[in-house]
Amino acid sequence: MIGLLAIDWIFILEKLILIVSIVSISLVIAMYETYAERKVAAVMQDRRGPNRAGPFGILQPLADGLKLFMKEEIIPNTSNKLLFIIGPCMAMLTAMMTSAVIPWGGKIHFTLFGLDRWVSLQIADINIGILYIFGVVSMGVYGIMIGGWASNNKFSLIAAMRGASQVISYELPMGISLIALLLLTGSLKMSTIVAGQLDTWYYVLYQPLGFFIFLICSFAECNRTPFDLPEAENELNFGYHQEYSSMKLGFYLFAEYINMFISSAVMVTLFWGGYDIPFIHDGDLAKSIGYNWLAVLEGLSLFIKVALFIFAFMWVRWTIPRFRYDQLMNLGWKKLIPLSLINMIITALLVLLKENGWRF
Amino acid sequence: MSILERLYVWNIAIGMWITLKHIFKRKATISYPEQKREFSPVFRGLQILNRDEDGRENCTACGLCAVACPAEAITMEAAERQPGEEHLYREEKYAAKYEINMLRCIFCGLCEEACPKDAVYLSETFAPSNYQRKGFIYGKKDLLIPHPKEDPEAYQKALGSRTKNKEMQV
Repeated sequence: MIGLLAIDWIFILEKLILIVSIVSISLVIAMYETYAERKVAAVMQDRRGPNRAGPFGILQPLADGLKLFMKEEIIPNTSNKLLFIIGPCMAMLTAMMTSAVIPWGGKIHFTLFGLDRWVSLQIADINIGILYIFGVVSMGVYGIMIGGWASNNKFSLIAAMRGASQVISYELPMGISLIALLLLTGSLKMSTIVAGQLDTWYYVLYQPLGFFIFLICSFAECNRTPFDLPEAENELNFGYHQEYSSMKLGFYLFAEYINMFISSAVMVTLFWGGYDIPFIHDGDLAKSIGYNWLAVLEGLSLFIKVALFIFAFMWVRWTIPRFRYDQLMNLGWKKLIPLSLINMIITALLVLLKENGWRF
Repeated sequence: MSILERLYVWNIAIGMWITLKHIFKRKATISYPEQKREFSPVFRGLQILNRDEDGRENCTACGLCAVACPAEAITMEAAERQPGEEHLYREEKYAAKYEINMLRCIFCGLCEEACPKDAVYLSETFAPSNYQRKGFIYGKKDLLIPHPKEDPEAYQKALGSRTKNKEMQV
């Protein structure tokens, strides 16, 4: 009984509320990303896009979801039934898990039952934040691999192989470009990385090449268009989710959009100042409007930055054609890895010189 | 390829600029049910069976349109006008049944050219979609123009500018 009382129940309640709200926010954002994708595609091709369901077509994602639910669910006879179901679950799970370590805003202050509490808008501020993200993201490929393998279809299998090798090849330059960033931050903790950018220069100004490599690699990790070889429609018939139907297919498609949202959030957090409001001193603003309103504004600023990144994802998708497989591997191994290594060595050198008293 | 081209980046930037410019371009699409594209003056649409100014049917079921029709879409049955039906039919003979299969019709307008009585015209509408093939066989009920005295507005609308121009030419 005493043990139960020792647990900080309000802490658990806070985290539960935070988890539920972040999960539902990312689901809603993923829903409207599908709408935004169709709209962006349409305006770039001089069309109008979905505009029938509701005003400006904003109910279109609901209609799409309903359609997916109503579809007949087919599990192929020759497939591995258990793995066939685990595949999309895995894709969805890993897509959702990454959001746990991203700081979504500053601290909120409130008093409840006489308790004076500061709540940070981050589910878990673990000290290996980036490593956690990397771990979860590299697990994301299991969704593709299991789905492709369990379908028992040669196209799906080829797609799964492509997906796996692509993710492995692009995780290397991604990791190396991150090492250069970590040399500057000196910490793997997400909140420390954001704090290092609050009210000063963003890390993208110190690490432009690193950011560029990270951006390319996150396109590859999300299987977005220049690198969407795992689902290449015209060669592999949608690849790893060819045999999927109904909401299992929906899970795969949804996971892709959540991945896009989360990787935009990660890029904003690492390189573009996270929830920092640009051109304004956050601490001064807090004095005039209070910390709670500041946290709201900071969250808004983060979401605007993320929205711009999501737009960039879509913009690239509707501009650039797909790479050929050998071009993909060439770009990954022969261009990005040497570039990121050079970037890392130069950064390390400059950090070393600065620590030894050089001024530049 | 030059070094600049082999770097991908420059070419990609050009492509991105092109797609960005397209966002601000005028859309060619017309939102169909709300906005409708205007037909050209020579547009040939759905057939109508004409009446004269007293509301009597012009058609005498001579069958020239059916003969002229290259798609063999028109079938008709003739009947003799009975005493007391003078207000319905202009001539002594009329079409008791007049059917056009809209799935066969190619909207060439040869029926209109062949008609000696100004009875069949191609109007400015087109056959709407349907769920069954049966629904595309248009009978007299669908083809006859509204009565000019009982419903003058609908009559004028169905007549359209095309038939008026034609009358002016004649």
